[in-house]
Amino acid sequence: MIYAKSLDLTFETNDGPVHALRDVNLEVGKGDFVSFIGPSGCGKTTFLRVMADLEQPTAGTVTVNGVSPEEARRARAYGYVFQAAGLYPWRTIGGNIRLPLEIMGYSKADQDTRVKRVLDLVELSGFEKKFPWQLSGGMQQRASIARALAFDADILLMDEPFGALDEIVRDHLNEQLLALWRRTEKTICFVTHSIPEAVYLSTRIVVMSPRPGRITDVIESPLPRERPLDIRDTPEFLEVAHRVREGLRAGHAYEE
Amino acid sequence: MRQSLIPVLTIVAAIFAIWYAAAIWLNAPWARDVAARGDQELSVTELVAATWSQEKPKLPAPHQVAVELYDTVIDKKVTSKRSLVYHSWITLSATLLGFALGTALGFALAIGIVYNRVMDKSVMPWVIASQTVPILAIAPMIIVVLNAMGLSGLLPKAMISMYLSFFPVVVGMVKGLRSPDAMQLDQMRTWNAGAAQEFLKLRLPSSMPYLFTSMKIAMAASLVGAIVGELPTGAVAGLGARLLAGSYYGQTIQIWSALIMAAVLAAVMVGTIGAVQRLVLKRMGMA
Repeated sequence: MIYAKSLDLTFETNDGPVHALRDVNLEVGKGDFVSFIGPSGCGKTTFLRVMADLEQPTAGTVTVNGVSPEEARRARAYGYVFQAAGLYPWRTIGGNIRLPLEIMGYSKADQDTRVKRVLDLVELSGFEKKFPWQLSGGMQQRASIARALAFDADILLMDEPFGALDEIVRDHLNEQLLALWRRTEKTICFVTHSIPEAVYLSTRIVVMSPRPGRITDVIESPLPRERPLDIRDTPEFLEVAHRVREGLRAGHAYEE
Repeated sequence: MRQSLIPVLTIVAAIFAIWYAAAIWLNAPWARDVAARGDQELSVTELVAATWSQEKPKLPAPHQVAVELYDTVIDKKVTSKRSLVYHSWITLSATLLGFALGTALGFALAIGIVYNRVMDKSVMPWVIASQTVPILAIAPMIIVVLNAMGLSGLLPKAMISMYLSFFPVVVGMVKGLRSPDAMQLDQMRTWNAGAAQEFLKLRLPSSMPYLFTSMKIAMAASLVGAIVGELPTGAVAGLGARLLAGSYYGQTIQIWSALIMAAVLAAVMVGTIGAVQRLVLKRMGMA
């Protein structure tokens, strides 16, 4: 699905070059749920943006769905969920979800059924006519996920979508996201800086470390696809979490 | 509404009190002069009455302006050259045309500045320079040049209005069209949106609050432009003409009534834009 080989990305800044990514190699298979975890500055968001053709790598190759990120973007192969919900205040929830569909030229009738379907998927039915400010932060973020699901993209790229939400809401949304992933069989790349979140959600966890941004460990999760919230108290879960923590420590992520 | 009534009335009352007091102070020398020539002694009440009822006072009292306004607005037929409604319409039509042209020009320049790198680097300094030139110096030249080209009447005045009113629209709309943040623009990119879609669905709606604020300033500037544009035409018609004629003949009451009329026009037009703004933003869910 997504394939990166010896990827390098250097930003030229006034304080000299910043190595955002160095020698990043990764393969993401269809239906995988891959989390990227690491301290700030480790390049996890940059890597996601490279996949989305929002940043250009300085060296190396990336393919998304077998083509370059730019072609994948033009083919609307992925949905991107940003850190902030980014809903347009002048559009209703329904109107916001309709926005990419309008841009992509879906028919009016098709738009209606799709809006209904994805609102159902994120449990926001009945909120179609509400404006964003009438919804809580968690509901807004769900609406933004619905928007990314509304068109037929097999890949979902999520950049700390629940970072700004409190833990209770976050738990709930994590559970919903897992259910959604199982039902839709999408391939999800998920950036986070929460260890429990990464372990709970992912089939694979990519541990990254900064200066230069690189991958230090890739952990295959032994947890089953079906995951109730209390799986987080099992020894298997804690073992994976421990390995992630070790990986972060090995990458000197805990310095400073 | 109720809560603001008392403070507003208090301020209005204070303004009237100051105005009447100032009328006594400014007109008293003339009243004393007249009395001295007639060998009369004025009591205080007589002096006050005299300062508030002169034909060509330095500062007319509010009720004198009110009477003049009543005479020229209500009593005269609107087609009469003495009707203030007639003159107001002359000025208003130039104001509205100039405002429309200025808003359109400002809008077009803003789009150019936002989307074209060369315009972004080059246009703004000229736009700012255009506003540093005193309009009073430019206005007669515009009138004369356009007259030589066979244009007279409404259009030259509207051009001066446009000259003043496009500026706030350019500045406001450049800011407004650039108000979407990097994330919103990235988001459009992830959907592979075209430039037209980005403009219509993101930049334009985002700029609405800026547009209305700019338009309010532009409308007020446009009225000033129209009045200034009427001064060098030889004072034929319009509020500017009334101001000029009034100052030629020392008709201070006429000047003040024209000023009040101009203020009322500006208030009504800016108020109308404000009402449209509230309506539009409310429908957009932004107010």
